[in-house]
Amino acid sequence: MKLSGAKILVESLRKEGVDVMFGYPGGVVLPAFDALYDAPIRFILVRHEQAAAHAADGYARATGKVGVCLATSGPGATNLITGIATAYMDSIPMVAITGQVKTSLIGNDAFQEADITGITRPITKHNYLVKNVEDLSLIIKEAFHIASTGRPGPVVIDLPVDVQFAETEFHYPTDISMRGYKPTYSGHAGQIKKAAKMIAASKKPVIYAGGGVIASNASSELKKFVEKIQAPVTMTLMGLGAFPQTHELSLGMLGMHGTAYANYAITESDLIIAIGARFDDRVTGRIDAFAPDAKVIHIDIDPASVSKNVEVDIPIVGDAKNILIELNKIVKSPDTDAWLKKVHEWKRMHPLRYNHEGLKIKPQYVVEQIYEATKGDAIICTEVGQNQMWSAQYYKYTEPRTFVSSGGLGTMGYGFPAAIGAKLGCPERVVFDIAGDGSIQMNIQELATAITEKIPVKIAILNNSYLGMVRQWQQLFYNRRYSNTKLSPVPDFVKLAEAYGAVGMRIKKKEDVRPAIEKAMATDNVVVIDFIVEEEENVFPMVPAGEAINKMIVLDSLLA
Amino acid sequence: MRHTISVLVENKFGVLARIAGLFSARGFNIDSLTVGETEDPTVSRMTIVVKGDDKTLDQVKKQLNKLIDVITVKDLRKKNYIDRELILFKVCYAEKERPKVANVIKKSGAQILHTSSKCFLVQMVGTQENISGLLEQLVQYGIKELTRTGKVAIVKD
Repeated sequence: MKLSGAKILVESLRKEGVDVMFGYPGGVVLPAFDALYDAPIRFILVRHEQAAAHAADGYARATGKVGVCLATSGPGATNLITGIATAYMDSIPMVAITGQVKTSLIGNDAFQEADITGITRPITKHNYLVKNVEDLSLIIKEAFHIASTGRPGPVVIDLPVDVQFAETEFHYPTDISMRGYKPTYSGHAGQIKKAAKMIAASKKPVIYAGGGVIASNASSELKKFVEKIQAPVTMTLMGLGAFPQTHELSLGMLGMHGTAYANYAITESDLIIAIGARFDDRVTGRIDAFAPDAKVIHIDIDPASVSKNVEVDIPIVGDAKNILIELNKIVKSPDTDAWLKKVHEWKRMHPLRYNHEGLKIKPQYVVEQIYEATKGDAIICTEVGQNQMWSAQYYKYTEPRTFVSSGGLGTMGYGFPAAIGAKLGCPERVVFDIAGDGSIQMNIQELATAITEKIPVKIAILNNSYLGMVRQWQQLFYNRRYSNTKLSPVPDFVKLAEAYGAVGMRIKKKEDVRPAIEKAMATDNVVVIDFIVEEEENVFPMVPAGEAINKMIVLDSLLA
Repeated sequence: MRHTISVLVENKFGVLARIAGLFSARGFNIDSLTVGETEDPTVSRMTIVVKGDDKTLDQVKKQLNKLIDVITVKDLRKKNYIDRELILFKVCYAEKERPKVANVIKKSGAQILHTSSKCFLVQMVGTQENISGLLEQLVQYGIKELTRTGKVAIVKD
């Protein structure tokens, strides 16, 4: 039977198991929206296309499935860009479908035309412009395959309106073979053997785990590995949740706002075992002072990540889970007793801490209370800035896919729409967006989406009436010249929440923090809690940009 | 240091833009790039000459390999390949120097494709060293309007 391109799109998405997607209609995607009208796919109508991409991304991070979003050509498609770039930087599987003007008009500067394959080329794993309806089902199959395999990432399918109208026989391909795309999954046996030998000979090993551990569902293999070799584990921002932070071998996050003990351990280690992490500049600080005495084993599915920033002694390209399974079979435990003693001493001497004095609520306290109230069982989404770093520091993640945050691109306005996506993917879980008063305003219109679609996410605004992280840099490095970082008067978030139909609360006293969180959790509605917090609180430890990671500023003094 | 990389790519719409975009986005320098269909019309071969140290070259190869439309990437660093470039240019002469100029061109194996009152239009196919050699000899007479294809290369065995 012949089907239209629009119908083929919907049928193909069904074949890929898509049951929820996010988007916004427009002129050239009318045929696709018509086909979606009675399709068994839940369509979440957002209020700005950027939110559709972030929500699809949040859904993907929380579930591990491919997130799907749909927007019209031109401005609809360009509004997706920030969301696509966010997913690209953090290797999140996503398929973004954009409408395009009809093929005969492409290149004519037609109404709402933008060269979206051109624009998205550097921020996608791959992209397609569909010129013939006969190619459509294969392209969709390939797009989902590319997005979800190897090092995952976003794929854009640009679909002209005439291709949506055109008809052809529909056969969904069962398998595909792409000669230019064959990711390596199993690690080289010889390299794994060499790595095991190097591990057994090490005295001061540190495991440095990144988002790749979560992407490959390797958390239980990682735990086995850690316990077997008795090495401390530190995680990147993207890796939070890969290993339980309640475990005695966890060092929490490393890097610019990492724990002092993680940064000390890395700096003194004689062997770094990097798993699914890419030695990002926020992690390494000044590169020539990063782990100067350490050998490096690097397990990663992307060969281009190996030896990009740091010279690697033993690269093992492949899937983290497969490699850890093999490594666990043969690795012998090194003697790390003395090393662990030292690490535990650092942990005891330099715990994460903040100043509890003062009348105002401390933002760190709010995060701690969310952790306590949810018993560490919630999905925490964050915006970007101080809210993100405190959420990374003061909530102990114990499971993968429970910390959802824009790491690589650092996108303000990400957290709330991502929380909507995460809640849809995991409806049984409590989902919080921990936000700042700046970033929440970047996608606050999504309150309408959450209310209309009955997606009861909870928003905790750490309201310091500043763009806090930028203000912190201005305080420390620009002589307190607070250029354009003061946001007050901030809008009345309680009234704003109520205007959209959500529940709003304003909390000014420490003793009201916990009850408010509990009330929010007990409320079957979208809740916005406006926590009025200490205005000039800073995120510590902090490694100044370009400095070695063991040279941290800690609570207003320099710890060297 | 210069490296010659031979890349087989899907002969698809937009491939050149993907490769060129990758080089500019990651700050790699291209000396020359040639592209054309191979014996298989679905595949094109690009010969890319890049400047950079070993670390840069390693990243260039890996990043090229990551592109879905790139089938294979070969680094032609051993001496087991042959490369050629084609160049077209005009060299001008004063009347009395004409035989001398013609002689230099002939000796180098280049061809004169067209002669006007003051200039020869010359074609040469050769290695980049041969071509540079010829240009050095002719530069004193005045070379104008020069165009070259960039290197193409093929593995010997």
